[in-house]
Amino acid sequence: MTELRGLYTLWLREVKRYLRDRTRIVSSFVQPLLWLVIFGVGIGASLRGAVPIPGLTYQQLIFPGIVGQTLLFTSMFMGISVIWDKEFGFMKEILVAPISRMSIFLGKMVGDSTDALIQGMIVIILGLALGIRIDPVTFLACLPVMLLITFGLVSVGLTVASFMGSLESFGAIQSFINLPLFFLSGALFQIQSLPDWMQVVSKANPLTYGVDALRNIILGGTWQPLQVQPLYLDIAVVGVFDLVMIIIGTWAFARMK
Amino acid sequence: MPNVIETNQLTRSFNSLTAVDRLNITVESGEIFGLLGPNGAGKTTTISMLCTILKPTSGTAKVNGFDIVKEATQVRKSIGIVFQEPSVDDRLTGRENLYMHANLYGIPTSEQKSRIDNILKLVELEDRANDLLRTYSGGMRRRLELARGLIHYPKVLFLDEPTLGLDPQTRDHVWKYIKELKEAHDITVVLTTHYMDEADRLSDRIAIMDYGKIIALDTSAKLKETLEGDVIIVKANNPDALFSLITEKMALQKTRIVNGTIETTVRNGEGTLPRIVETATQNKIYVESISLREPNLEDVFLHYTGRMIRADSGREPHGIAAIQRRKIQ
Repeated sequence: MTELRGLYTLWLREVKRYLRDRTRIVSSFVQPLLWLVIFGVGIGASLRGAVPIPGLTYQQLIFPGIVGQTLLFTSMFMGISVIWDKEFGFMKEILVAPISRMSIFLGKMVGDSTDALIQGMIVIILGLALGIRIDPVTFLACLPVMLLITFGLVSVGLTVASFMGSLESFGAIQSFINLPLFFLSGALFQIQSLPDWMQVVSKANPLTYGVDALRNIILGGTWQPLQVQPLYLDIAVVGVFDLVMIIIGTWAFARMK
Repeated sequence: MPNVIETNQLTRSFNSLTAVDRLNITVESGEIFGLLGPNGAGKTTTISMLCTILKPTSGTAKVNGFDIVKEATQVRKSIGIVFQEPSVDDRLTGRENLYMHANLYGIPTSEQKSRIDNILKLVELEDRANDLLRTYSGGMRRRLELARGLIHYPKVLFLDEPTLGLDPQTRDHVWKYIKELKEAHDITVVLTTHYMDEADRLSDRIAIMDYGKIIALDTSAKLKETLEGDVIIVKANNPDALFSLITEKMALQKTRIVNGTIETTVRNGEGTLPRIVETATQNKIYVESISLREPNLEDVFLHYTGRMIRADSGREPHGIAAIQRRKIQ
């Protein structure tokens, strides 16, 4: 009970801090907007007719990918809260509290995931404004899957940050992780047409299954011929990834002083 | 009186450096126990071990009857801590910080509001409770941290350099709060400081620590008594010559030169002072000034270590420098 209350209070803290940070919320519109409008329209125009699924624009194809990308970037960025807390001493207050490191990790992780989920929802709303059609049921179906995707990714961010001593080193490591995961997730193209070796790498990338899951939900039957695997298998892979990362993250927090 | 803290050969090494060396101290229930020593003496390391943040290399300690390694969670429930560096969330309000602490320490929801209201009144922050911490002054943050350390009714409150970096007026206030809070909550307080006056003003007993060891432990009055007498301070045009005259001819052994000034501790200050002037004059040494004062803790420290506690009166970090110091390991 004490553990749950501690977990809840840490969750609440992350969400409160996020919601009070107006700049972060406003700036979260910019990047996905650039990808969807400039990249989506631009590449779409030069690909004219070459989009693999008839009746689908390139923008529609990459839209779930850009949602996935937002989840990835935001989730990884959340690790910064650990460094921030170390830097400003607040981590000590949490670490000497009489609750387990697992609760500390989970509280922070679920809190940061909630923030990342909100960012993802903003992108979907952005998509609606750009004329991408998503009915309410699809929107609601996306939420739990998005949350599931963020759990594992936030865990990666927190784990990496728990080893880092400064904001600069965290930033440097981040770009090493973010871009390869993004480019190799099939967010911008379907992975079936890739050369074999790249397909192998893509299939080892957990985000590939997150993006595939979102496409399975958002594009529905249209996506079926090109799907990596069925939705339930995507969710299973993401779930296993989450579990592994949560275990690693808890361990990383347990060794933090 | 039962002991709230007992350490047994408590030791912590960092590579080749022994920060805390076979420490044996007992802290009685209800006292304010001061750990006094220069920076790097091992005070914070000692507190970190007692707070279960740091594991001892060897030796054991019990806080409130619980072993600091085997029963860490019980120890954590028994203690409140005010760290040397700030440890509040400045994006939350004062009240939110306190609620978060209350939840982390499992205080029943029904009691949280009344406890928080009371403690806010005690540290006189009730008017600012709903403001973000980032708008607080350094002194206000400290007060909030003191309040926070007490919401869960700890048996022992650890204060690590509670007034570091605060201006003199705010320090006075913080001292007042520490005394009041201690009375109101009937707790034991362990504080570390490198300020003589702070240790003197607050502590019932003082342990003087240097190079990881306790070199003297008693009440402030008794520690000063061990010096047996008064301190005479002499400024002369040839301090080295006068120094050898005082130590050899006058056989006053407790004499040293500090920054070109001779300080000697003697039993009978009033009687000795004229004799020093006499000796100097006879040997054609010009005495610029001479004065007499009661011994303070600085003299006690000097007596036991042969050094001043703070070689330089270096400025405490403020602003950015203070922020940069806040990293944990």
